[in-house]
Amino acid sequence: MSKIDYSEKIPNNVNLAEDKTLQRALEHWQPNYLQWWQDMGPDGSTNFDVYLRTAISVTPDGWAHFGHVKMPDYRWGIFLAQQEEDRKVNFGENKGMAAWQDVPGEHRANLRRIIVTQGDTEPASVEQQRHLGLTAPSQYDMRNLFQINVEEGRHLWAMVYLLHKYFGRDGREEAEALLQRNSGNQDNPRILEAFNEETPDWLAFYMFTYFTDRDGKFQLNALAESGFDPLSRTCRFMLTEEAHHMFVGESGIARVIQRTVDIMKQHRIEDPNEVRKHGVIDLQTIQRYLNFHFSVTVDLFGADQSSNAATFYSAGLKGRYEETKRDDDHVLKSHQYKILEISNGSIVEKEVPMLNSLNEVLRDDYIRDSIAGVGRWNRIIEKAGLNFRLQTPHKAFNRHIGSFAGHRVSPDGRLVSEAEWASNVRDWLPTEEDRAYVASLMGRVIEPGKMANWIAPPPVGINRQPIDFEYVRFN
Amino acid sequence: MNAPEPIAFIRQHLIDPEVCIRCNTCEETCPVDAITHDSRNYVVKADVCNACGACISPCPTGSIDHWHIVPKASAYSIDEQLTWDELPPKQDVDASVLDQAASDNSADAEEEGIQLNAATSLTSAVPPWSAAHPYVNLYTLKAPITATIAGNYRLTDPNATSDIHHIVLDFGTQVFPILEGQSIGIIPPGADAGGKPHYMRMYSVASPRTGEREGYNNLSLTVKRVVEDHEGNSTLGVASNYLCDLAKGATVQVAGPFGTNYLMPNHAGSNILMICTGTGSAPMRAMTEQRRRLEAAGKKVDGKLMLFFGARNPEELPYFGPLLKLPAHFIDKHFAFSRLPGEPKTYVQDKLRQAGKEVAELLKGDTYLYICGLKGMETGVMDALREVCMADGLEWTALSARMVNEGRLHVETY
Ligand SMILES: Cc1cc2nc3c(=O)[nH]c(=O)nc-3n(C[C@H](O)[C@H](O)[C@H](O)COP(=O)(O)OP(=O)(O)OC[C@H]3O[C@@H](n4cnc5c(N)ncnc54)[C@H](O)[C@@H]3O)c2cc1C
Ligand code: SF4
Ligand code: SF4
Repeated sequence: MSKIDYSEKIPNNVNLAEDKTLQRALEHWQPNYLQWWQDMGPDGSTNFDVYLRTAISVTPDGWAHFGHVKMPDYRWGIFLAQQEEDRKVNFGENKGMAAWQDVPGEHRANLRRIIVTQGDTEPASVEQQRHLGLTAPSQYDMRNLFQINVEEGRHLWAMVYLLHKYFGRDGREEAEALLQRNSGNQDNPRILEAFNEETPDWLAFYMFTYFTDRDGKFQLNALAESGFDPLSRTCRFMLTEEAHHMFVGESGIARVIQRTVDIMKQHRIEDPNEVRKHGVIDLQTIQRYLNFHFSVTVDLFGADQSSNAATFYSAGLKGRYEETKRDDDHVLKSHQYKILEISNGSIVEKEVPMLNSLNEVLRDDYIRDSIAGVGRWNRIIEKAGLNFRLQTPHKAFNRHIGSFAGHRVSPDGRLVSEAEWASNVRDWLPTEEDRAYVASLMGRVIEPGKMANWIAPPPVGINRQPIDFEYVRFN
Repeated sequence: MNAPEPIAFIRQHLIDPEVCIRCNTCEETCPVDAITHDSRNYVVKADVCNACGACISPCPTGSIDHWHIVPKASAYSIDEQLTWDELPPKQDVDASVLDQAASDNSADAEEEGIQLNAATSLTSAVPPWSAAHPYVNLYTLKAPITATIAGNYRLTDPNATSDIHHIVLDFGTQVFPILEGQSIGIIPPGADAGGKPHYMRMYSVASPRTGEREGYNNLSLTVKRVVEDHEGNSTLGVASNYLCDLAKGATVQVAGPFGTNYLMPNHAGSNILMICTGTGSAPMRAMTEQRRRLEAAGKKVDGKLMLFFGARNPEELPYFGPLLKLPAHFIDKHFAFSRLPGEPKTYVQDKLRQAGKEVAELLKGDTYLYICGLKGMETGVMDALREVCMADGLEWTALSARMVNEGRLHVETY
C-alpha cells in the first residue's frame, strides 16, 4: 500500500483502479485541472526541466525522489500516509471510538466545508505566485518556487480526491468550483481573504511562504488529528511537503537580511535611504512587510470565538495542534481559555470556555511558532553587530476578522485613534513606495549559481547539490 | 594486563540549529524515534540514532545532515544540544588520538595471523606525495569492529563461471576512516580443521573515502567466491564463501584499515594508470569514483585516467556496465577478454602493447601506476611496460626504479 502506482493516469496509493466509478470521475476532472494549470499555473514555464522532488512511496525512503521533470509532467496524484492500525477518534465526544473510515452522516456538511476551505487555498497560492518565475533572483529560487507550485497543485488533488470519493454529487460540484474560483477575481474570488492578496514580488513571496504556509502547517496539523481517517492520512502526507514551503520562506528572508546587513556593515550605514542606494532591501521595509503578512495570516484562523470550531472539535472532525501530545481530557467541556477583547477603550484579557475559542488556541500556537523563527532572523542582525531587531506585531494589529475588525491597534498593541493610525500607517505597513522600490529590484537571474544583488546565496543546495547546480534547464 | 581501554569514537548525528526550521519532518520520519525537540531546537539522541539515513532526504533544509566525530564517552547530550544556537566547531577526527590508537594496536596487528600471499614484488614503499593521511590498525583481530551488511549482490552474470559479489558494509556511527587503495581484514567466524581460529583475510575497498553511498558511513568490497585453489583443485575458500553468502542485516567482524602506500594521489592534476584483473578492480573503482565525484562537484580535475582491465569475458568483468557509462573524456578504458568464443585470447598485456603510444606518453608525465589482481599477471604486465617504453625511447628499468622511489608505482597481487 505504501508504494505509489505510477503506471496509472492518476498516480495513487489508494487502489484507485478498484473503484471504476471514482476513477472515471477523477479522470474527467483531470483535463480541467490541466487546463487550469495551463491558464493559471506558473507563467511561461511549460517547457522547463525543473529539478523536482517527487514521492515514489509514502515511506521515508521513497518520498523524496529528485530528478529533472517538466512541470506539467509532474506526477500529481493521490498519496495518503500509511494507515495507523486501530486508530481511534482521539478527542471530542466520540473520543475512544474507532476512527471513521467513511463520513459519519451527521457530520457530512461540516466535513465537506472543512475540506473545501482547505482545498481552496491550494490552487489559490499557485495563482498568486504565477508571475514570480519571471523575476526569480536565482535558478535555485526559481526551482523552489516551482516545487512549491506543483505541491500546492498536488494538495488540491488530495482534497479533490476526498470530495469525489466521500461526498458524491455535492463533492463533484465542489471539486469543479475549486477550479472556477480564482485568486483576486472580482466575481468569483477565493474563499479566504489572504488568498486574494497579490504576491507581487519575492519579498512578499518569502513572507507568504513563511507566514501563510505556516498557517497551512497548523491547519493541516489540526486536520491530521481528525477522527475521519482518510482526511487525517491525507493531511499527514501533505505536511511532509509543506515543510519545504516554510523552509523557502524562512531561509529566503534570512538571505535577504544577510545581504542587507552585509552591505550595511561594509559601508557602515544604517539609514534606510542609504541602504536602498546599494540596491538591497532596508530592514525597515522588511519589518513593514512582516507586519502586513503576519496580520493578514493571523486573520486566517477565523473569529476569536466560534461555535463552529467548538462543533468541529466536539464532533472529532478537527483537533488542536499536536492534540495527542497534550495531557488534558481532550473533551474540554470544563476548560477555560484567555482571549483578548476591547473593553472601556482598552484591550483586556477575558476568560471564556475553551471549546469556543479553539481558533484562538490554534492562532496562539501559530504565533509562538512564528515568533521563534523571527528570533532566528534577528540572530543574523545581532551577529552583524547592528541594533535593529525585527518584531512580530501585536495580534490585534491590522485585523479584519474577529473582535478587532474595525478597530485601530498599533503594532505594540495600543488601541489608537483613526488619526493616529493615519499618521503612522506608513511606518507600520508597506507603502506604495515600498512596494515600488522592492519591485524595482526584481529581475530574473538565470545563470547557475548567480544571485540577484539583493539576496545572499543559500548555505546549502537542494538535495546536497552545489549552489551552481543547473536546477532549471531552459529548453 | 593493564592495556588501556581503546578510545571509541562515534560519528554523532547533529542538527544545525541555524538552518533548521523546526518543521518536525525528521521527528515524524525517524523509524527509531531518535529525534526529539523542545520549543528551541530539534536534536538527535546519540545512543538511539543508528545512522540509517531515513531522515536525510525528507529534511527540507539540509540542516539534519551533520556528523561530528567525537569520543563516544563524551558525545553531546540532549540537554546540551537543546541549548545551542549554532553547531559547535567540528573537532576533526582527532588525528593524534587516532594515531595513538593505531600505534597502540600495531604490535597486536603485527603478530596477528594474516595470510602471507601479499605481493613481495617491485612496489613503492612510500605513498604518493600528495596522498591523504591514512589511518591503519584502528581495529585488530583482538579488538575488531562490527559492521552490518547493507547490501550483497552478484556482480557477474548468473551464467558466468566466476561468482563475484559486491558487498556493502555499514559502520553505523562508529569511526572507520578509509582511503582509496586501502584494504580491510575480514575475520571469518569459526576455526579450521586443527581447531585454530581462522586467520583474517584481506579485501581491498572498492568505494571512495566518502562512502559507497556518498555521505554514508559505509564501504564496499568486491569479493570473488573461491571454489578452486590455485592449482585448479576444487575447494571452498573460507572467507570468500562466508562473505558471499551473508544476507543483508548480518554482521561481520572487521579489522583495519590497512595499507599505507597503495594510496591514490590527492592532487587533481595527477594521471592514474590502472592495470587490473578480476577483483583487482576494487581499488581502481574506488579511485575512479573518487575522481568522478570530484568532477561532479564541479572541482577542476585535470589528471587523466587510463584503465586496463582483464577478465574472461564481459559477463565476468565486475562493474562492466557502470564502467561503460563513464565518458571517454573522463577515462580511457581498455578491456581484455581471454575467453571470447571465436576470438583470440587477449590479456591486459596485449592491450597495453596495442595502446603503447598513449601508455608511454602517459608514463612521461605526472603519472601514478597501479597494478592489482592475480599474482600471475605481474610478469606479463611488467614485460609489456618494458616493451612499450622501449618503443618510445624510454628506459623502463630506470623509469620504474624512479617511480618506485617516488611513490608512483604500486603493485598489489594475491
Ligand atoms: C592485500 C590484499 C587484497 C585483497 N583484495 C581482495 C579483493 O578485493 N577481493 C577478493 O576477492 N580477494 C582479495 N584478496 C584475496 C583474499 O584475501 C582471499 O585470499 C581470497 O578471498 C580467498 O580467501 P578464502 O578464505 O576464500 O580462501 P582460503 O580458504 O584462504 O583458500 C582456499 C584455497 O584457495 C586458494 N586461493 C586463495 N585465494 C585464491 C584466489 N584468489 N584464486 C584462486 N585460489 C585461491 C588457496 O591457496 C587455498 O588453496 C586480497 C588479498 C590481499 C593480500
Ligand atoms: S526535518 Fe530538517 S528542518 Fe525540519 S525539523 Fe528536522 S532538521 Fe529541522
Ligand atoms: S539517521 Fe535514521 S536513526 Fe538517525 S535520526 Fe535519522 S532517521 Fe533516525
